Amino acid sequence: MSAARRTPLATALRGWGGLLGIALLALALLVVAPAVLSDFRLGNLGKYCCWAIAAVGIGLAWGRGGMLVMGQGVFFGIGGYAMAMHLKLEAAGPGNVPDFMQLYGDGTMPGWWEPFRSGAFTLVAIVVLPALVALVLGYAILKRRVRGAYFAILNQALAVTFATLLVATIKQTGGFNGLNSFPTFFGYNLYDPVNKQMIYSIAAGLLIACLLVVWHLGRSRFGELLVATRDAEERVRFLGHDPANIKLVAFVAAAVMASIGGAMFAPIAGIISPSDVNAAASILLIAGVALGGRASLLGPALGAIAVGYGQSALSESFPNHWSYFQGALFIVVILLIPAGLASLPPRLWAALPRRGRTRKAATA
Amino acid sequence: MESFTTPLLTGTSTGAILLIAALGLALTFGQMGVINMAHGEFLMAGAYTTYLTQQVVSSADVSVLLAIPVAFLVAGLLGLALEAGIIRWMYHRPLDTLLVTVGVGMVLQQLAKDLFGAQGDPVREPGWLQGNLTVLGYHWPYTRMFTIVLAVVALGGLAALLKRTRFGRQIRATVQNRDLAETMGISTRRVDRITFFVGSGLAGVGGVAVALASGTNPTLGTSYIIPAFLVVVAGGLGQLRGTVLAAWLVGVVTAFLTDWFSGSTAQVITFALVVVFLQVRPQGLFTVRTRGLA
Amino acid sequence: MSRGRDYLEVRGLTVDFDGFKAVDGVDLTLLQGRLHFLIGPNGAGKTTLVDALTGLVPGTGLARYGAHDLLGLKPHRIVRAGVGRTFQTATVFEELSVLQNLDIAGGVHRRAWQLALPRRGVPAYVDDALDAIGLGDLRDRPAGVLAHGQKQWLEIGMLLVQDARVMLLDEPVAGMSAEEREATGELLQRIGRERTIVVIEHDMEFVRRFADTVTVMHAGRVLTEGTVAEVQADERVQEVYLGRTTDAVGVDPEAVAAEAAGEGA
Repeated sequence: MSAARRTPLATALRGWGGLLGIALLALALLVVAPAVLSDFRLGNLGKYCCWAIAAVGIGLAWGRGGMLVMGQGVFFGIGGYAMAMHLKLEAAGPGNVPDFMQLYGDGTMPGWWEPFRSGAFTLVAIVVLPALVALVLGYAILKRRVRGAYFAILNQALAVTFATLLVATIKQTGGFNGLNSFPTFFGYNLYDPVNKQMIYSIAAGLLIACLLVVWHLGRSRFGELLVATRDAEERVRFLGHDPANIKLVAFVAAAVMASIGGAMFAPIAGIISPSDVNAAASILLIAGVALGGRASLLGPALGAIAVGYGQSALSESFPNHWSYFQGALFIVVILLIPAGLASLPPRLWAALPRRGRTRKAATA
Repeated sequence: MESFTTPLLTGTSTGAILLIAALGLALTFGQMGVINMAHGEFLMAGAYTTYLTQQVVSSADVSVLLAIPVAFLVAGLLGLALEAGIIRWMYHRPLDTLLVTVGVGMVLQQLAKDLFGAQGDPVREPGWLQGNLTVLGYHWPYTRMFTIVLAVVALGGLAALLKRTRFGRQIRATVQNRDLAETMGISTRRVDRITFFVGSGLAGVGGVAVALASGTNPTLGTSYIIPAFLVVVAGGLGQLRGTVLAAWLVGVVTAFLTDWFSGSTAQVITFALVVVFLQVRPQGLFTVRTRGLA
Repeated sequence: MSRGRDYLEVRGLTVDFDGFKAVDGVDLTLLQGRLHFLIGPNGAGKTTLVDALTGLVPGTGLARYGAHDLLGLKPHRIVRAGVGRTFQTATVFEELSVLQNLDIAGGVHRRAWQLALPRRGVPAYVDDALDAIGLGDLRDRPAGVLAHGQKQWLEIGMLLVQDARVMLLDEPVAGMSAEEREATGELLQRIGRERTIVVIEHDMEFVRRFADTVTVMHAGRVLTEGTVAEVQADERVQEVYLGRTTDAVGVDPEAVAAEAAGEGA
């Protein structure tokens, strides 16, 4: 009976513990980091935060929903390119055409660029476009009970296709170079360090917001159903739910988060190109989530930040060997600690007092 | 007419390479539920084996023929090492296997870059493959014909192995019911290992065809792995004829679409077609009854 | 007592596996307020029948419940229509607590958007089910630590939360102790008054003790139907259970099925 009474308290604490973790991360990202990091380092951290936003979504879809979303670069790209298109148009000025179109093309702009002149339209598109794409694709795939490896491969095929399409459409999307050099962000000069810090804060704030959404979902009935679907999809059917719908919600949420991450990435990195959204980029996002702990609350975000940091640090010192590290990361983490680094502290915690107890028992 | 026969032949020979790659994938996936994302890098290893064979045996006429068994062995041994070193520890986690092999693929790719340089190396075609077969005024390059022949031989060899040999019966028994096969005295561990060897070896043979078609390149695996998987997805598991038909269709359809539109548009349409196809036939073209989508 | 107000009508139900008819033209009328038992030797098609009624395998014929033909519905729609089932091996969510398991089954009581809300307190329907299955003391334990019998009760509790008006239970007392069987039987009698309950069972002792109506299946068909006494007196049933098939003794299965259908009506 003591266990029966203790468990709800522990559950409640775990729920609030998650909130505490988010609060600590918010403190670190929004207060400490801007105070101690140089502008350059803060900009880098901003990029990692954007990846972390996408990673939080992956944690939801993959960690809790069991869908290996290996093509999140596509949604990252939708948000990133939508934002970048707006910024290019802002830079060109009203009625004018982005510079690269005069360079590579005949100086005419495709009609579908036109609405992105509006900042409001762009912001709506960053949320609605990926949601629509994920809804249509997810409906087509999940309703036909395509899952497991098939789901993962189709996702990656989508990322490959998307990147190929971008590279091929140089006149419309800048091709291999992507879209770059944005002088302003909604009227704010991007060369001003104060504005840079503001954009960083927006990205970090959005990361915290996404974490709060996932924290809330984790406590909701939907969160329970999602995990139940991951573990026993057929059983959930006999609870009167269509598991495809439950997964679809998580897939769409993950897509929207990836898109938001991409949208902030473009102004912070100053560029969005096919190499930021292709299959390799999608897999790098997965690497971060796996490292941090796919099913944990903070793991995906912290893992993505760590992988981002590792990539810049290692490719600075060993430019040619990042691939080895990344490959080894996958092999070691997935093989040896599949639940990620987030699973280590609880495991150590559980191991410690037991050792104490056995020692006591031995001396007694 | 030329606008019809050229994509048809190009597509058929692309389909032939896809088929060789997909056969190995389907074998390991069907047998063990393992998605080997490093399969594309085994293809790349086969291509570099062809290149290296040519460095040792300077006569291109001989070296290409010699490269076929050597590439099979090299890629097969790579597969065997992968199975013994990593995959056998995680058979109960198929999705995680997929990710681990992604990591292995990255390492192999970087290794190839370090060993052979990031630029690709050309492979000389043997004299007996130069020129065209001219039938009714149409030109059929011998290299493409050779790729198709190679695929037919690989297919025939695999079919014979599965249908005619004792080992083939053991593989099929393990695919259908692993536990039962085990109780009947089949060492499923051994079957797994040899299946992985054969499946990976086939990728090596595919690599020879790739090397002849487009030379070597550290990243060539990445351009074949996804189409090869789409072939496996569309072809369904457990039936060779599904894989054959799907490979040929993906190859030819992509070739025609490339001819009509552009390479990238063709890729987009092919992807859309596979998704639409899955709406109609989620189990692929042909399937063994008891196997649904994983 | 409101017997017969609510019923499940099965007509000509056939499940064809590539030419093998696992269920072959079954007619059944299952009335509310009685404990129906479905018995028969292994491979008689009992579980396949339940699978077809719950959308797990495709069947042809008619399975009418209220305004629905169950054979045309997807599994989750069948559940929403008020038809629930359990499985031979109890499948509860092992990591969730008993309470959470019951709660997660309550989808019929909620609109989709309400899923986004965290759980606050224990809904009345969950509390009622918890009382009915007598697991109140274990409500916060993870379901994985429950004994086999308790898991079966939990599954029945989940059906109660689902508001299943028709319950199809696949061998609920297999592996239970004598006391647990007794408790299960009494539970089924209690909840069965307002529901249509069908139990697949092999344990004849349990059948004799609790069955109101028994249907005997053999080779995909209904062999006979009646009270326990009637069924036990039937020679064909004894033959089937002694391992001699109807074909072996020269009885035309068609005729047997027609006869059985005649008796059932």
